[in-house]
Amino acid sequence: MNEKLNKEILSKASISKKVDHGTEPLVLVEMIQRLKVRDVMTTTLATVERAAPLSDVQALMKAKQISGVPVEEGGRFLGLVTINDIIRALEGGYIDETCQKHMSTKLVVLEDDMPLSFALRYFEKYHFGRFPVINREQKLVGIICQRDINRALLLELTNELNRLESESSHYKVPEGPFNLYVLREFPVSKFDFENAGKAANKVKQLLKEKKFPAKIIRRIAVAAYELEINLCVHSDGGSLSWQLSNGRAEIIAHDSGPGIADVEWALKDGNSTASEWIRSFGFGAGMGLVNVKRVSDEFEIESTVGLGTRVKAVIYINPDAKR
Amino acid sequence: MKLKDLVDQAGFEVVTLPDAEAEVQNAYSSDLLSDVMGHCPENSILITVQNHKNTVAVSTLVEAKAILIVHNRTIPDDMLALAQQEGVALLRTACDQFTISCKIGVLLDIDT
Repeated sequence: MNEKLNKEILSKASISKKVDHGTEPLVLVEMIQRLKVRDVMTTTLATVERAAPLSDVQALMKAKQISGVPVEEGGRFLGLVTINDIIRALEGGYIDETCQKHMSTKLVVLEDDMPLSFALRYFEKYHFGRFPVINREQKLVGIICQRDINRALLLELTNELNRLESESSHYKVPEGPFNLYVLREFPVSKFDFENAGKAANKVKQLLKEKKFPAKIIRRIAVAAYELEINLCVHSDGGSLSWQLSNGRAEIIAHDSGPGIADVEWALKDGNSTASEWIRSFGFGAGMGLVNVKRVSDEFEIESTVGLGTRVKAVIYINPDAKR
Repeated sequence: MKLKDLVDQAGFEVVTLPDAEAEVQNAYSSDLLSDVMGHCPENSILITVQNHKNTVAVSTLVEAKAILIVHNRTIPDDMLALAQQEGVALLRTACDQFTISCKIGVLLDIDT
């Protein structure tokens, strides 16, 4: 590997955030919200008809290594025979009786377009081994068990890793002073003036070591510092990441709230929502975003009230960096 | 002008002076750190009331050589520590911002 290739990917998973049922890595939280029950469930179903004896189900369970068999006729989902029903039948000596007589009909089912997070909550709540899955037309389309979820999450994590790897190999660039590749991410906490500016300073030090032109360093450092201060002053906390590759410096400030109600207003020189207390520190003069925009070759801002803000500033280190 | 000569001629109190030989060519007077970041020229002496460590961080970013705190405001320990670490001079004066800016302008022979 190229020694100049200084690569440090701070995995998303290390920035965890609280969710309602404990602390989980953010990347997994996103995954279980994005995946639908239909992406995870088993669709090749072993089913039986009402008239089948329970001993048929017992044989099916043994052959397919499953613990629940839906009872279905003509696409209509009628009930479920579980391994507990079979145990009871063996104990009670009625294993040769029909499914219709002994199947469970009071069932909790999931719908195929529910998010996986919903299914996980159901498993937690009901302690069932599996849930039948129906579609909007109430037709049985699959069955989901914990094993399906484990498999799907492992697969999805592998895909995510592959994506990250291919993304980083995409940034491999030829050797040269402006072609070093760096990706770093710094968490920024609300009102943490003690540490504000640290990220910007690290950027600056690295660029100085690499002997980048002073004017470029100043522009990058100003954009990084202003965005860092903005996160510190205005957001509920977020992160500042920066990346140098292909002759471009990209600085991204990302937070999870509160969002900017009027972005156009916030971009005007002198407009600010900062408190007097913030202003007494020499911040909150409404010049931060204006400064970032002024030093950047590309500038983007997206904000949604209640969700958060993402600002991206790009500075070209060599003139051919324009994408 | 060398920083040490400016200090002598203007009569500043030296809090820390990591590089007395540093060449100072410009001056900038402001209390808004974003304004400093946006407009302060290189190799400047920054004249301000902002006596806290963020002023040092901003000065480092814009390559200012010295920070002059007016009205003899107290310099907190963490500000001093950061200035020493970053190699930025910290100076004090009893004067107000306007008066001392005029004086520095004359000493540095800055065209107005």
